[in-house]
Order: sequence, then structure tokens, then C-alpha cells
Amino acid sequence: MKKIVSETEVKSPVKTKTPKIKELVSNVPSGPLKDKWTKHKDEIDLVNPANKRNIDVIVIGTGLAGGSSAATLAELGYNVKTFCYQDSPRRAHSIAAQGGVNAAKNYQGDGDSVYRLFYDTIKGGDYRSREGNVYRLAEVSTNIIDQCVAQGVPFAREYGGLLDNRSFGGVLVSRTFYAKGQTGQQLLLGAYAAMNRQIQRGKIRSYTRHEMLDLVLVDGKARGIIARNLVTGEIERHSAHAVVLGTGGYGNLFFLSTYCMGANVTAAWKAHKRGAFFANPCYTQIHPTCIPVSGDHQSKLTLMSESLRNDGRIWVPGKKEDAIAIREGRLKPTEIPEEDRDYYLERRYPAFGNLVPRDVASRAAKERCDAGYGVNKTGEAVYLDFDAAIMRYGREKALTSGMKDADDLTIRKLGEKVVEAKYGNLFQMYEKIVDQNPYKTPMMIYPAVHYTMGGLWVDYNLMTSIPGCYAAGEANFSDHGANRLGASALMQGLADGYFVLPYTIGDYLSDDIRTGPISTESKEFDDAEKGVRERIQKLMSGRGIHSVDYYHKKLGKIMWNKCGMARNENGLLEAMKEISELRQDFWENVKIPGNADGKNQELEKAGRVADFLELGELFAMDALHRNESCGGHFREEYQTPEGEALRDDENFKYVAAWEHKGKPSDSKLHKEDLIYENIELKTRSYK
Amino acid sequence: MKLYLKIWRQPNADTRGSMVDYTLDGVESDMSFLEMLDILNEELISKGEEPVEFDHDCREGICGTCSLMINGQPHGPDSRITVCQLHMRSFNDGDEIVIEPWRAAAFPVIKDLIVDRSAFDRIQQAGGYISVNTSGRPVDANAIPIQKEKADKSFNAATCIGCGACVAACKNASAMLFTSAKVSQFALLPQGRVEAAERVQNMVRQMDLEGFGNCTNTGACEVECPKGISLENIARMNREYLFSSVKG
Repeated sequence: MKKIVSETEVKSPVKTKTPKIKELVSNVPSGPLKDKWTKHKDEIDLVNPANKRNIDVIVIGTGLAGGSSAATLAELGYNVKTFCYQDSPRRAHSIAAQGGVNAAKNYQGDGDSVYRLFYDTIKGGDYRSREGNVYRLAEVSTNIIDQCVAQGVPFAREYGGLLDNRSFGGVLVSRTFYAKGQTGQQLLLGAYAAMNRQIQRGKIRSYTRHEMLDLVLVDGKARGIIARNLVTGEIERHSAHAVVLGTGGYGNLFFLSTYCMGANVTAAWKAHKRGAFFANPCYTQIHPTCIPVSGDHQSKLTLMSESLRNDGRIWVPGKKEDAIAIREGRLKPTEIPEEDRDYYLERRYPAFGNLVPRDVASRAAKERCDAGYGVNKTGEAVYLDFDAAIMRYGREKALTSGMKDADDLTIRKLGEKVVEAKYGNLFQMYEKIVDQNPYKTPMMIYPAVHYTMGGLWVDYNLMTSIPGCYAAGEANFSDHGANRLGASALMQGLADGYFVLPYTIGDYLSDDIRTGPISTESKEFDDAEKGVRERIQKLMSGRGIHSVDYYHKKLGKIMWNKCGMARNENGLLEAMKEISELRQDFWENVKIPGNADGKNQELEKAGRVADFLELGELFAMDALHRNESCGGHFREEYQTPEGEALRDDENFKYVAAWEHKGKPSDSKLHKEDLIYENIELKTRSYK
Repeated sequence: MKLYLKIWRQPNADTRGSMVDYTLDGVESDMSFLEMLDILNEELISKGEEPVEFDHDCREGICGTCSLMINGQPHGPDSRITVCQLHMRSFNDGDEIVIEPWRAAAFPVIKDLIVDRSAFDRIQQAGGYISVNTSGRPVDANAIPIQKEKADKSFNAATCIGCGACVAACKNASAMLFTSAKVSQFALLPQGRVEAAERVQNMVRQMDLEGFGNCTNTGACEVECPKGISLENIARMNREYLFSSVKG
């Protein structure tokens, strides 16, 4: 049955000029770097307040990017509908970000500036992002902090009542604002509160437990979605003048990741299949400090905040026989003397030490474990040790408390208290999962999939290659290049949602002031709904041999082994073939119990895994075509004699944007050349 | 280890449910509780039965989605954690484990162990915000210093993940701890004081409309809260409510 959910219906919407699918034009404004955003804001078209009331916008996803976009668009006067698969907008996985949010406030007076944040982000991304976008991100970062404090976000403060900062990987200043180990949760609750205010005013209609299953294009423009009500199973039509995707990343492609269980690529993938180019899919961030895998039953991996690397020292045994003894349970890490430990990050990268960027730290851990120095049963773990920090803080505390000759035991006790105040909740979390006390014995950590820098291609206005379809936050590809720095995901999500998209979307919507409501009674909506229903029917009619998780785990293994921290040509070719075969097997043999007209979690998972099975192949193809190593993309064939990533700026200084052409392997590559007018491309060095 | 599970099964909101027995073998102590349920579900699917539906998402104790009564305790026997952080080492071979959804009139069952907590969203919509436009340019973040002690207390109240364990633990199914946490977060900050009176009135009114019970100060909510939200917040909300009522 068709369900009409448009506010009002009109017989024949007024048609405007038919737009052409855009070529890859970044639309970055000309002029000096620091004036681009101001100039752009001055020049783009606006929609007057009365006309905004006649324009509807759909926002998919209610995390930092989606939630903040929805709230701001509604405040500006647009009619907004939000959709999330969770039972409340507040639960989007932005809440899981622990460490913090960067902003170039320079409250610490340590030489920070908008330019320095911009430079660090470009360099951290291994020179694979757009100068104009990144500068704008750095520029609006300071507004985020002002905004969030005004909203009542309880950031950590110093005794003088001012905001506290800490330091993160890949930078030499303290610019990270935080709320203990819960920064993401507090920022999202701020955006959720802003949304709630608009829901109460009737400007946002919030659809929870709903999943977008297709994007509807009318005359080449994004004009609505087909969604499934996850409780009743009803298929619904929703129309709007523009659609914003704030749907996060696709790391669950790897099955095991630090993403939430429901995170998926479905909305972005549907947009891709409708014409939105998918950019740099192979740029994945593998986070160095996660709790290692304990067994086959494992459903997800848990991240330990990067902030731990401020005080923890990473090491493995220097002697292979010690590593073997540890793995066999004959030796404890605390029994290994200082001179027999290999603090490999401090050894290889003396300038940044334990605070090198994530890609560098992850690869270094893999290198040691592959060489046989891993320290857990599976040989895939390294130590993160707080002993030195405990003693250092303890000595300082003893002195400031007037104890000049404190013994080691007293110093240790004092130090443990300081460390507990800083990282108590993280230590507690580790102990609950691993059943070991990290105050007494070093933590074991190993890299895990954590974030995807790739995503839907967008221009400077955050519009995808489909007119009227926007992507914000992790769902787009725009700001982090080939590697993201710590505490920059929250910054980008909120920058896009609060300060960029709500303005740039006006430039597009200014053409729609006379359009009137979009009807859901059109051939385009009929066809899209029919397609969605047929696909569900096809999923439900599989022969029923293997569960959805069976396929998801298999896909995850292929991805991790062949498209993970280190990739090579043969492995990637094999991955493409294996994923394609697995996809065929899935469609023939997947087993989904129950029926489609009610709550059915297996059906929900199946739809998402089906899309991952397509994206996985494109991911491998992208990694295969990029014959260089940069950021999170490490090709074994392209490395320096010291094992560092070897970039090829001459041939690969571009964004790889893939156009859907039927099968993933038929996708067509479009290149957006990256232009560096302000920064000189250098070999990234943290030595 | 081998476990004897008694699980609430209910096909949908309109059909009566019942407890169903399952025996599960091969459970390991380093599995999480939800991974144990994953294994049960894989078994059920392979037998052609419908898996047990339960809410879960982040599986790291922060999103507040998971919500199970385990042997009569919200989030199970361990303290200060959510179900997803509970590990099977808290149980023994041969244990009988009773698994139910949150039980409260204001949280109707959707299916099996999944309940509808949208009442919490509506309480927040009634006033759980500071009326400041996101698109404006507010004053510099450091323009108003905030005493560290107050900022920390506000943060502690703000750590509520909205899971609903407080309601499930309460014999009256009261939502006072949840509502007071948000009221407190803002009442403790200078930015939130401006609308404090209106906020507490609106949020309490909505809480009552949703059909949550009254608070009788037994403190069960505080004990079961995975984030350790303090009863102090309820006292603060009562004070705020009283003052705002007197001030009119």
C-alpha cells in the first residue's frame, strides 16, 4: 500500500530547468585562501525567510553532522524531516567518540592558529585533501566551541573556570577540547537538544526506527526517499526539495570494527547507485589503540581513546624469545627489564614518539607483530604501558604535597590517583572487557578499523554529483585526505552541520522558491518503491542455507586480510574476485527467518550486508588502481627502504571518484586534480 | 559453559507474550552477554526459528540502546555497566538466566526484548535544551568562566545515556532520575539558568503525562544506573520545581 507523507499534494509541480549531472568541479572559490569562505558566503544566493517556510529538506542520520544540520536548517526556517534507524536521534554513533574536538582557539598560547590547524590537517591527510575545504574547516572550528558552550555542553575546565585542552597525535600544540572520555556523547546531546527545540516548535519531524532504502530523483534532482518503518515494515514515500545524508562511514565492511553494530553504507550506496560518485573508498583509518580480538565469537572491537598515548608508552619485547615466553604464559611483561623492551615508536620517530598519527602508529604495530614480537595468544597485540607516567605524576604530586623523600610505593599510589583522574573511565572499561588491571600490568592493544576518510564525492558546497543531494560529516570524503587526525571527526561533523551546509544549501534551494511541494505521486516514486519492494522480496526468498552474519564475517575476513593495513596487487585482485563470488552466494543462499511486514532485524542486516558486498569490491578496485602509498592506504609495493609510505604525487595527486555503471567492477573513474596553491607538498615525516 | 535461558518472547505489541526456555551450550567466559545472545540467535536461525530480537548498537556502553532485565536486575548483576559490557565470566556453568525487557507502562514492548522509549525523547523535547540558535555567533567560549566544581557536577549529570534502567529498576517506574539529570545539567550552568524555571516545569509536566510513576526515594535507580547518576539530582530537581512553582 502506498503511504503519502508529503505535507500537501499538488497535481503538477512547477518544473525548473533540468540540471545536467555535474562534472567533477570542486567549486572552490578563487582568491586568497583565508578569504575564500567569507567571499563565498557573500556571493551565494540566499532564500528569504518567508520562502524557507515553503521548502522541505530531508536529513538522513542524526549524528553530529545530520543532527546539527537538521537543527540549523529548521532554525533557519526550512521544514525538516529527520530519519534514523535507532530508537532515538541521540544514539547515533558520534556518541562513542571519546577523546575530543579540535579547535584553533589558541587558549593555551602555544602558537596555535587557524593556519596551523589547516596545515596539520593537510599534512596529516598526506596531501590528499582540498586546501579550500580544509582551511574552511579550521576557520569555523573556533565557532564550534563557542556554539557548544552556549548550548550547555559541559566541557572539561581548569580550576580558574576556563576551558581545558589536551594534545592529540600528529600535532605539536594542545588544541583538543574534551569532556572526560565522553566528548562525542556530550556534543551529540548538544545537537540533539537543538533538534529537540525544533521538534517542539514543529519545524522538525523526527522519524526514528526508519531506514532509507532508496533515493528518488525527479528530473535529475534528489527529490525524496523511500524508507522502511522498521517497526511495522511499511514502505513509505517522503518528498523534499533536497536530501542531506549524514549517515556516517562504512567501516562495518570489515565486520569487526569500532563502529556500532547498525552502522552501514546503505543510504550513501543508494545515492551512489543513483548517480552520486563515491570518492576514495579505499581510504580507511585503522586506529592503533583498540582492545585486541579475543576469539571467533567477537562481534565488535572497542577503542581505547588516543588520549592515552599522551601518557602511555608503546612497546614490545626486544628479544623474540621473551615475546614467545609471554605468549605461552611463562613470562609477565612486568618482569622484562627496561633494557630488553623495544619502545619502537620512540625509537623510529623520536620527534613525535608515541604521538605519531594513527596510520603510522598502526603500521608500526603490525610491523612488530608480523616480525614475531606480538604479546597475546594470537601474537596480535602490543603493550601500552602507564608505569612511567604513574611514577612521573606520583613524584610531581609528592613534591607539590611537600613530601621530599617519599618512597616508591607512596609515589606509585599518588601517581595512580592522578592517572585515574585523567583516564579512570577508560581503565575501568578495559578491565571490564579484558579482566586485567591496567594500573598493575600494561594494557594490550592492537589496531582496528575505526573511520573511513572516503565517502560520497562532494563539492565545496557539500553537494554530491546529484543536484540537491548533499553529504556531510563522515559520509562525505572531503576534509581528511588519506588519513584523519585525532579529534578531527567531531570537528568536521559539526562544522559541516552547523556552519557550512545550512548556508551552502541555500544557494541551491534559491531556485526552488516557486517549485511548491513535491508530489510523491509520480512515476519516479512508483518505480523507486517498486524496486525497494522487489529487493526485499528477493532477500526473503533466498534458499536459506546461511545466516546474514555468516556472509558478513566472511566479507570482513577478506577485507581485513587483503584490503587492511597493508595491501598488494595480488591480494587486491583476489579480494575483488572473492567478494564478487561471495555476493552471488549471498543472493542465492542467504537465510532470513520471519517475514517483512514487521520488526525483522535479520532483514535489516541483510539489506546492509548486500550493499557492503558491492562496496567491498569497489573498495578493492580503488586500492588496486592507486599505485602509491598514502595515509591509511599502504601498498606494500610502494614503500621507502625504511618501510615508510611512498607517495606518488606526479601520478596520484587526485581524488578518485567512481561512477556507478551496473556492476562494481564496471565503475568508471573520474579524477579531481588536487591543487596546492598555499602548501608545498613534502614527504610526511614524524621522525 | 552450559546455560539455561528463560527469555521473554512476544511477536509484536498487540500479541501477548510468554517466557520461553532455551538451553545453550559452548558459552565461553570472555564472551559478552550480547555475544552469547548472538550465538543463541545463530542456532535459532539454523533451526529455522525466529531469532530473539533485542536492542543494541554501540556495544561499548555509551549509546544507551541495550536494555535487558537479567535475573530481575537492569543490565544484569555487574554494577556501573550496560548489558553490552557484561561478560559471561559473571555467570557459572549450569546457571539459569531469566531475560526480560524493561517493564514499565510508559515503555510498551515492540517485540521480544525491545521496548518503545520514545517517552524519554518527548520529555527532552519539552525543555531539555538551552534556547540558543546554532546559526548565530554566540560570545567567546571563555567569556563566562564556570567554577570547576559546578562544571564537573553538570558533566556528571550530563553523562546519562537515556537507557531507561532507572525506570526499569523503580517499583513505581518513575523517570525522576532521568529527568532530573537533564534539569541538573543545565541548572548548574550559567547558560542554563536563564530558562531554568520554565524548563523544570515543562519537563516534569511531560514526565507525568507520559505515565511514569512517582519517586518514593528508595534509590534503586541510582544503584542500577550504569553511569552512576546521583540521587542528588532528584533533590536538585525538586528544589528547582518548588522554587519555580512559588515564583509562578
